[in-house]
Amino acid sequence: MGKSIWGRTTLIAVLTAASIILVLPSLTDSLPVAWKEKSPKIHLGLDLQGGVFLRLAVEIDKAIENTTLRYADDARAILREKGIPVLAMAKNGIDGFSLTLPPGDFADRAMKGLKEGVGTVDYTLGSVTSSGATIQARMTPGEVQAIRANAVTQGVETIRNRIDQFGVREPQIVAEGEDRIVVQLPGVKDQQRAIELVGKTALLEFKLVDEGASVEEALKGNLREDDQLLYLKNVEPQTGRATKTPIVVRKRAVLTGDTIKTARVNFQSQQGGAYVSLSFDNRGARIFDRVTAENVKRRLAIVLDDTVYSAPVIQERISGGEAQITGSFTPEEASDLAIVLRAGSLPAPVKIIQNVSVGPSLGRDSIQKGIRAAFIGGFLVIGFMLVYYRFAGLVADVALVFNILFLLAGMSALEATLTLPGIAGIILAIGMAVDSNVLIFERIREELRSKKTVRASIDAGYEKAFWTVVDSHVTTLITSMILFQFGTGPIKGFAVTLSMGVAINLFTALVCTKVVFDYLNARRPMQTLSI
Amino acid sequence: MLELIKHTDIDFMKLKKYAFAFSGVIVLFGLYAVFQIYAGRANLGIDLAGGTAIQVRFAQPVAMDQVRQSIAGGGFPEASLQAVSGENIFIIKVSARGKEERMVGEKVVGLLREGFPSNPQTVESVAEIGPAIGKKLRTDAVFALFVSAAAIIIYLAWRFEFKFGVAAALATFHDVIMLVGIFYLLGREMDLLFITALLTIGGYSLTDTVVVFDRIRENIRLRKRSTFSETINLSVNEVLSRTVITSLTTFLACVALLLFGGVVLRDFSLALAIGIIIGTYSSIFVASPIVAMWRGEKMIQVKR
Repeated sequence: MGKSIWGRTTLIAVLTAASIILVLPSLTDSLPVAWKEKSPKIHLGLDLQGGVFLRLAVEIDKAIENTTLRYADDARAILREKGIPVLAMAKNGIDGFSLTLPPGDFADRAMKGLKEGVGTVDYTLGSVTSSGATIQARMTPGEVQAIRANAVTQGVETIRNRIDQFGVREPQIVAEGEDRIVVQLPGVKDQQRAIELVGKTALLEFKLVDEGASVEEALKGNLREDDQLLYLKNVEPQTGRATKTPIVVRKRAVLTGDTIKTARVNFQSQQGGAYVSLSFDNRGARIFDRVTAENVKRRLAIVLDDTVYSAPVIQERISGGEAQITGSFTPEEASDLAIVLRAGSLPAPVKIIQNVSVGPSLGRDSIQKGIRAAFIGGFLVIGFMLVYYRFAGLVADVALVFNILFLLAGMSALEATLTLPGIAGIILAIGMAVDSNVLIFERIREELRSKKTVRASIDAGYEKAFWTVVDSHVTTLITSMILFQFGTGPIKGFAVTLSMGVAINLFTALVCTKVVFDYLNARRPMQTLSI
Repeated sequence: MLELIKHTDIDFMKLKKYAFAFSGVIVLFGLYAVFQIYAGRANLGIDLAGGTAIQVRFAQPVAMDQVRQSIAGGGFPEASLQAVSGENIFIIKVSARGKEERMVGEKVVGLLREGFPSNPQTVESVAEIGPAIGKKLRTDAVFALFVSAAAIIIYLAWRFEFKFGVAAALATFHDVIMLVGIFYLLGREMDLLFITALLTIGGYSLTDTVVVFDRIRENIRLRKRSTFSETINLSVNEVLSRTVITSLTTFLACVALLLFGGVVLRDFSLALAIGIIIGTYSSIFVASPIVAMWRGEKMIQVKR
């Protein structure tokens, strides 16, 4: 017996030392750097340190549709080059379109020209009648699949890029399933700005204003097929009131944001209003040069996510590959706009379907209250055990302290996330931890009543209560495992602390306390037991 | 030796008809509450129902009616308001309308900024849950409840015998339904944390039941009494003290959480505290009598 006591004591001592090494970095900052940085730590959940949790639904169909429209534009351009007129273009589902050609011998030539182009669209010749011919086009399944996959991975990449430039420590941006993105931004203070930065599609387009079209007619719904009605946003610098003016622009963008090399914030000297200056890459600069040269004295609308920010008149050909977006921005707005333009647009629009933001003040408050409740709960339980079971209660209380220490160490080792419900889990585990000792002590009391010796009563108590303790713990473990499987972030935290607390309790309540009694019995069997 | 409960000799089996009547009424009400929840007529948290919840702290005290007016006037007449006692904090909830993905947090905050320009507000938290996510969380919760019930029956059937397992599961079901009924009656919000409390109580109330069952099994083996009812009475009396004390320690921890744990965990710890009482009651008055009624009075040998 003597040897096994030392064996168990050594085990407990080693575990305690290891636990202290593991737990300290999570509790204090004043440690040697090597220790602090290398060791794993308990993370604080968003509900405790404040932050933003976003779940985004990627509108993949929209990405497919956009790509289809681009292919349709390409097809018309190819046909135009070959001198083949196109009477009409119509969408056909999200991944297809059809082209109507006038009567004549255009059909075969058109098919030949189109098939020489990209291999990602299948063209089939539809009906050829005296009144004309139609060509059906559909993207290949492989291309659709690629767009699908790209919409999410590219989206994750772009959002990460934006967040990195915005400056958030340890952001988590991951794809979830086929069309979701989960963004977690711990500790971010300016939450509304961060949310807008993540959710913005940031599709920048330059579109020519259709000067010949009537805005009044357009508002009634009479619009040329290749025109669209947008609104020009204007903010009054003095009052800050935003007004919207309808404006008719060409649907086709002459240039898009993917040709932007850099975007910077600048300030107008007089009013101090901020604007964003862009510089294009070589291709963009060339196109911009050509477009401005061809359209002097016409207006060019700068469109971001279907809102026109400005529509200046092109005074002269612009060759430097530079442009400005003005629109009475605040410095923050301009800086965020520059970020999204640098990071690029999302391949598909996203919709926020879940947003949980916790301000830093609430997080701090939660930690303080949680810790206070844990201490009060702990003292209540410890006090009760002391009063009710005297010396044995003290042994159980010491085991409880070990239980909590090991639990925190285990959480550090696993780099688990502590959430507010997680703190509740610890408190609940404190209450349950002494249950095992209650079961054992009650059993020992019973054995003592049947006039067994103290030593025999203790041994019988531990032995007979063993399975009861295990059974009662396993049921709690089962439910917390299931909670872990199905729970969302904060609730997972609860499942982690509760299940680990209860599992560790099997060791502290059954092994740690028994060592104490065995040690006291080792040299001379105890005559009395304060229980 | 300090003893809260001295040697007792209560005829629990005789009390079972009162217990069953009491439990029956509350469980029926609980089932009615479940039906109401299903029909969408209960105070569901926005994480289950979808919608927006905002917690705002005002710098100076403000009347709830004024807050309500400024939000209702801004186009959200259906918003519900809850004041946190003792602090200038309001929790504003706007439920989702049908399938529409509506994120109104920013708008509501804007209304408050406009409505109370001289009383600055801090937005402490915003939660916006689209209906699709709400639905997913709802089905996950129901699924989790069923899976854990099944897992518990299997474990207990393996450790004891099938009838013990079913009786324990029925008692657990009783606890969970009762807790739902009480929360419905109190008009408390039922959210994901409440579901978590239900599952936790489901697991915890079994602790007490297992303690009683263990003793019944032991006493059956030892043949201390000749009939099953007597064996149960003896067993429950023998373990009464530990059943109450184990619950008491956990209950103490929950009360600390309830009183000092802050707003977010208040309803959660209330559910746990009530659940612990119910669980203790059911392990004494519900679980064992079910086994007795099912097995009859014959003292056949049980497993292990």
